[in-house]
Amino acid sequence: MEHQHHSAPGEVTFHHEPAQGTKRIWKTFWILLIVTIIELGLGLLLYATHFGAGLVLAIKGVIIILSLAKAFYIVSIFMHLGDELRNMIMTIVVPLLLFVWFIGAFLWDGDSFRNLRNTYDPYHKEQTTTPAKQDKPHDAQKPGELH
Amino acid sequence: MAHAVPADRKWWSGGKSPFNMEYGKLMMWYFLMSDAFTFSAFLISYGTIRFSSNSWPDPNEVFNSFPFVHGVNLPLAFVSLMTFILIMSSVTMVLAVHEGHHMNRKGVIKWLIWTIIGGFAFLGCQAWEWTHLYHQGAWWGRNPFLNANGSVASTNFSNFFFTITGFHGFHVFSGVIINIIILIMTWKGVFDRRGHYLMVEKAGLYWHFVDLVWVFVFLCFYLL
Repeated sequence: MEHQHHSAPGEVTFHHEPAQGTKRIWKTFWILLIVTIIELGLGLLLYATHFGAGLVLAIKGVIIILSLAKAFYIVSIFMHLGDELRNMIMTIVVPLLLFVWFIGAFLWDGDSFRNLRNTYDPYHKEQTTTPAKQDKPHDAQKPGELH
Repeated sequence: MAHAVPADRKWWSGGKSPFNMEYGKLMMWYFLMSDAFTFSAFLISYGTIRFSSNSWPDPNEVFNSFPFVHGVNLPLAFVSLMTFILIMSSVTMVLAVHEGHHMNRKGVIKWLIWTIIGGFAFLGCQAWEWTHLYHQGAWWGRNPFLNANGSVASTNFSNFFFTITGFHGFHVFSGVIINIIILIMTWKGVFDRRGHYLMVEKAGLYWHFVDLVWVFVFLCFYLL
């Protein structure tokens, strides 16, 4: 293949040399694939067993951490963020720390809402913790029905 | 690896990018940040509603079918295939960008075509999943599935599922269209004339973002 004239836009000062081979790309693919398989394995484990609430939560926590690891690999290597200037990386990573608060605060709120509603709305609590009657074949809910 | 800023250059004195990055690429990153906040808001609101509910349909009972296989209980099987397809298309996209770095037009075309095929395959799978659920009676405002504790479920489950996977599917679809446009531009030699394949790289960033969102959609709806 003839070597084309390779130019960069005016605002770019230096050009870091692209990697010669695709080894890093395929290595990352295998990491992502294996982590996904582990996640699926844990998911199926939870489906096939009756662990206590604490252990279920712990396994779900591990699955979440594995997903975060996948996110790190996709962003750092596939999207090449890991190869950029450190200050630029920070403009992306630092705002994402907001998510730590975002997730914690809203899930906490959701939990609080559930407790308060169960306390002050016993009808709702009974409706949502009593198994539905099984005597007739199961139909789709009518649209617009209040639950 | 990350480069620290070389000490002898005045990066913020004007005339050049302080992040050593083309303007369009930097703006794509910040657009992706905004989209990340949008999807996070969706997924966190899903988590909030789920946490505020006494019970919720068990995903392994709802999502347990596979195309062309009837009567067999296969939780997580179909969604695993969808995840694999999207990861593969991400790999082919990185390979396309890689070829672009080496100004290899034919290589870019080849890997972009595979990426587009992967995107269509994923969309086909999602369409099948939606159609299958619709035929079981699920839709916005309709939820035939019971909670895990046996009680009647609210429509929150199906509303959130179709809305969030709908937004994601729309992003996949727009990503496929963008990739097709970039493929045509590559084939016509636009980037050879420009002297760089940065547009392929920007399309790649969008495509990887779409894959990343799926990682978390798959996590929240199917695994947790």
